[in-house]
Amino acid sequence: MRSVLQLRTPQNGNADQHSVGGMKFAVNSAVAVNSAANDSSNSSPKVRFREPQIEMAHGAGGKASRRLVEGLFAPLLFASSLEPLGDAAFVDFNGVKIAITTDSFVVKPLSFPGGSIGELAVNGTVNDLAVSGARAEAMVVTYVLEAGLPTPVLEAEVRAMGNAARKAGVKITGGDTKVVEHGKADSMYITTTGIGRPLLGLKIDPRSVRPGDKILLSGPIGDHGITILLARGELDLEADLHSDTRSVFPLVEALVNAAGPGVRWMRDPTRGGVATSLNELARDCGCGIVLAEEAIPVRDAVRGACELLGLDPLHIANEGQFLAVVSPEYADAALNALNLAPGGEDAKVIGEVREQPCGAVLVTTLYGGSRIIDMLVGDPLPRIC
Amino acid sequence: MKFVDEFREPEVITMTAEEIRRLADPNRHYRIMEVCGGHTHAIYRFGLKDLLPSNIELIHGPGCPVCVLPMGRIDDGLSIAQDPNVIFAAFGDMMRVPGTLGSPLEHKARGMDVRIVYSPTDALKLAEKNPDKHVMFFAIGFETTAPSTALTLMRAKALGVHNFSVFCNHVTIIPAIRAILDSPDMRLDGFIGPGHVSTVIGCRPYEWIAKNENKPVAVSGFEPLDILQGIVMVLRQLRDDEAKIENQYKRVVPWEGNSAALRAMAEVFELRPYFEWRGLGFISQSALRIKDSYAEWDSEQRFEVPGVRVTDPKAAQCGEVLKGVLKPHQCKLFAKECTPEHPIGALMVSSEGSCAAYFNYEHRKTAMLTSIASVA
Repeated sequence: MRSVLQLRTPQNGNADQHSVGGMKFAVNSAVAVNSAANDSSNSSPKVRFREPQIEMAHGAGGKASRRLVEGLFAPLLFASSLEPLGDAAFVDFNGVKIAITTDSFVVKPLSFPGGSIGELAVNGTVNDLAVSGARAEAMVVTYVLEAGLPTPVLEAEVRAMGNAARKAGVKITGGDTKVVEHGKADSMYITTTGIGRPLLGLKIDPRSVRPGDKILLSGPIGDHGITILLARGELDLEADLHSDTRSVFPLVEALVNAAGPGVRWMRDPTRGGVATSLNELARDCGCGIVLAEEAIPVRDAVRGACELLGLDPLHIANEGQFLAVVSPEYADAALNALNLAPGGEDAKVIGEVREQPCGAVLVTTLYGGSRIIDMLVGDPLPRIC
Repeated sequence: MKFVDEFREPEVITMTAEEIRRLADPNRHYRIMEVCGGHTHAIYRFGLKDLLPSNIELIHGPGCPVCVLPMGRIDDGLSIAQDPNVIFAAFGDMMRVPGTLGSPLEHKARGMDVRIVYSPTDALKLAEKNPDKHVMFFAIGFETTAPSTALTLMRAKALGVHNFSVFCNHVTIIPAIRAILDSPDMRLDGFIGPGHVSTVIGCRPYEWIAKNENKPVAVSGFEPLDILQGIVMVLRQLRDDEAKIENQYKRVVPWEGNSAALRAMAEVFELRPYFEWRGLGFISQSALRIKDSYAEWDSEQRFEVPGVRVTDPKAAQCGEVLKGVLKPHQCKLFAKECTPEHPIGALMVSSEGSCAAYFNYEHRKTAMLTSIASVA
């Protein structure tokens, strides 16, 4: 309506050089500036998000999250919403390119087998930078603490962050603390913002993905999500499982060293799992993703829990794995490099890019059946009856 | 993984699929109904339709408890839980099922105390842990889950837990099958009989289907091989002009059922004179209510229940899809107004509902294959 009445003059290429970036919805700001100039005849940004209120599903990393980001954040915050959304943004300071990303951590319980919120907060941001092709260099941290939080709990998490940062080789250089009234937050929330140095010789863009490219997965999926589900203690199930939280940078580095020119896309399949990440890729590249179910590594305990609860391992969150799309001529070298790197022994080629089914992910079975697997809608919920 | 991998063995599955192709008379069209939502889900999840010849049509049956629950019941349950002293507890299956004012999850996001439980006994434990609150377990399911609700009520009575009640929506499978067979527009050749329900009721209650309706029934499990073997059993009977009840799922289903579970149900529940099924309408003696001897633990007796009736939008053709007259994608609303995120009809709600299963696993695949075919 505004544009029809011409009540507002279009904004001209005056976009902020240090534009906003963040987990799952970062855009390349250098490109964004150019596109904004091209779009300058357009009117005010178009908000397409029409849902009356925020529901839990909007934070679950699936379709609802995507609608919120694409329909509300992208049009209002980014100079252009034409760019595919990535895990980190790249900002150009007079020829020096840096990667920037931010991520908030809200986990219940705070600690669980194999990790805790502090460790996740460091690794999550390191990994968002890593799969964007950057080495995490520095990080700032914000704590939102609930009054009444026992100091030993906080100390344990701060310690865990320090250890994880040292392990990942990233410096924590500053931070902020806020305390909210008891009952206004769930113990503690942590936000980390990291900057990273781009790895050389790497050009990651989902639109460069072509039919024939191979899809690599760094290791078994679903460990983190199922560990958390069981650690909540609501299901009366136990298993020998621990979260896979770790920095994936060493694996990414090994991959890039061995197959850099062939690496077209990477993503860490956190909330929403492998299925959601690959559906995003399928949409962004306009190709089909075909997975061979038998090739996807899943531990027995995770499979068992998923069978019992009616969940699909492809929808379960991971905190220490990543997916990569590699051109066919580099695929062997890429897999080899991953398998030789510590922690990459279980990496596999799990499928390939094809022309069809356009924009979707198809899972095939050894006996000839197949199914489309979509993004997750909301959180995975156990099915009982 | 034991009890899973051996039923997904590619070689055996391929052999069974070949046997199906051998048994199917190419001059005949077969319409076989899989009764359970669990079967429907497995058929799509494992892509079993890809393995079947085109003249075998699988019709998705009424055995998805979430799908057949009328919206008014959800509204009733949620209206009780508007009281801040009430905790609404239910299986994960229920959480995204929309009432008029949104699903339990949406109510939770707005502040209602909604908990996901894995078993009704967990809801009872919740009541014991929160003595100052009332825990209402919103019970759904066929005979599969009814015994655990019954046992929980018996325990609540024995322990004298008074801040706990059950909003009972349990239904029974036989009247639903009968309603489908009585429907004039229904042409079925046989049934893949319910697996989990039969672990409780056994195989005997289906005998009338063979005797009076002359249709074969193969009670089957939920792995790919189970379902294919069930189809083999039905096809063999049809080839030999037979109609009997066969038990493919012997590793779990005893012929006579589970007498302890049936006793618990008889102790706590009695038949309602009639109950509304979403898509099928009112069916007499098709659901369970809590007996007066357990009235204290019956949410419907303890609380003021508005007794809301919400009719589905006219355009939604859930009834026809539920009875197998229409395929999910033939409904006017399918994938347009009605999607898993914004379900209008019941069958789009649960991942075991035939519309949701079709949407999630098959819809775009079919669309893609059609587009390839039309290009060729």
